[in-house]
Amino acid sequence: MVYSVIVNDVIKTYPSGKKDKVTGLDQISFQVEKGELFGLIGPDGAGKTSLFRIMVTLLLADSGSVIVEGTDVVKDYMKIRSISGYMPGKFSLYQDLSVEENLSFFATVFNTTIQENYELIRDIYVQLEPFKTRKAGALSGGMKQKLALCCALVHRPEVLFLDEPTTGVDAVSRVEFWDMLKKLKSEGITILVSTAYMDEASRCDNIALINNGKILAKDTPAGISKSFGETLWAIKHPDMYGLLNQLRRSSMIHAAYPSGEYHHLTLQDHKTMDELMKELSVQGFQESFCKEIEPNVEDVFMKKMK
Amino acid sequence: MNNNNQHIIIADKLTKKFGDFTAVDAISFTVDKGEIFGFLGANGAGKTTAIRILCGLIHPTSGHGSVASYDVHTQSEKIKQTIGYMSQKFTLYEDLTVTENMRFFGGIYGMDRKRIREKTDLILHELNLHDRANALVKTLPLGWKQKLAFSVAILHEPPIVFLDEPTGGVDPVTRREFWEMIYRASHNGTTIFVTTHYMDEAEYCNRVSIMVDGRIEALDTPAGLREKFGAADMNEVFLSLARKAKRTE
Repeated sequence: MVYSVIVNDVIKTYPSGKKDKVTGLDQISFQVEKGELFGLIGPDGAGKTSLFRIMVTLLLADSGSVIVEGTDVVKDYMKIRSISGYMPGKFSLYQDLSVEENLSFFATVFNTTIQENYELIRDIYVQLEPFKTRKAGALSGGMKQKLALCCALVHRPEVLFLDEPTTGVDAVSRVEFWDMLKKLKSEGITILVSTAYMDEASRCDNIALINNGKILAKDTPAGISKSFGETLWAIKHPDMYGLLNQLRRSSMIHAAYPSGEYHHLTLQDHKTMDELMKELSVQGFQESFCKEIEPNVEDVFMKKMK
Repeated sequence: MNNNNQHIIIADKLTKKFGDFTAVDAISFTVDKGEIFGFLGANGAGKTTAIRILCGLIHPTSGHGSVASYDVHTQSEKIKQTIGYMSQKFTLYEDLTVTENMRFFGGIYGMDRKRIREKTDLILHELNLHDRANALVKTLPLGWKQKLAFSVAILHEPPIVFLDEPTGGVDPVTRREFWEMIYRASHNGTTIFVTTHYMDEAEYCNRVSIMVDGRIEALDTPAGLREKFGAADMNEVFLSLARKAKRTE
């Protein structure tokens, strides 16, 4: 197995107002294979950005190590900077330089030219070209995101680090962005991407679920789904709020929570859905409809959070 | 729910132009009392402008509309005093404590001290926040902040509350607790007008509208929309409509 990124037992604490420290990252370990699209999935405040900043040499861990393409991020940070591309979560390009000026600036910094690696960014850059004289600060959110990706790619990095590239971006642009990543992956670039949108997990080869500085699980999206380990049911009724309250009162229920059109639930051991449906019927919820479903990443995430 | 008197929002060909640009293009719809109404659209579709009209922040160029029976042309101050509003970006004052925020917002909306105290107790109890009543809001985890922000937005018991992407970035457990709070408010008769980028959240709504290029291109129950577009979920419905958009942000 050839690994592009190896994160080993990384711990990062931050000083807090009081004496004790706040743990930002707690013994984080994972590996990313060469050419893989790896997703770090978790809510705001989970530690995703700290971890990215450590991997791209902008922040030092308290302990543990990170190896990118065989190079230690602390000992040989200058080399890491030349072989990795980083797109921070916060838009960090020069707002009062134009689209073209930003791109040629980043190319120059990395001792290259836009022309040299134009093939890699062409598909994305053609969408920006009509606005190439516009200042970066005046671009729409979707266009800023595309420009930031171009700037992170202009030196043809071996590893691409994308910190929440789709936050605040609408559903259409999100799909387009993931399609772009798929293409870059086919160029052999290793991609690490973080997101708080759990539905994006399925677009990754492997994912790690992260919460409160800890990795909850890591596997393929299908493997994560399988790790749920219980039969999961979806149930609905015209009065969803009433149904939820009724489910919470039932002794047959292990867990029940809203999930869009349906509520999701798991049963106590030795209880069957037939028994529950009978009970619901007696309680005035005879119109309930239920079906067995595959757990999604959110179902697993919530179970592991407990 | 279909009685005319029950319409808490009425939009009749509401239009907003900025120079030559028509941001909102003759949108017409109604929202029923107690309904959870999802207001979707791609970035740049005109959602924010439409919400600003309905919240009394800008006047429409043409068309008619009312919110909680106040006219959007002539009674925008009344609208602002009546509605509740919460967005992901502007929530609470981080340098005030939990109770100070409630006192501040209660005062802004003209509630007397006794009622503010009663509501504060109730909310602290509901959110299990008694221990943190005197903590600065900035020290609370994001999930609690968002739930508290919602409680504060409905502190003055508005008949309708506007939620602009209320759940961005929160963990899945908090997201569900948030939606339970929305269910409860709706059950108690509060109308919920909500925008979100999470298409699975659209499924929680009683009805959903989808804006494309300033117009409302679809409005129905989630089940109705899925059927009409032959789609497995709201994400497919949204993509098939939003991809037709001609204008960008």
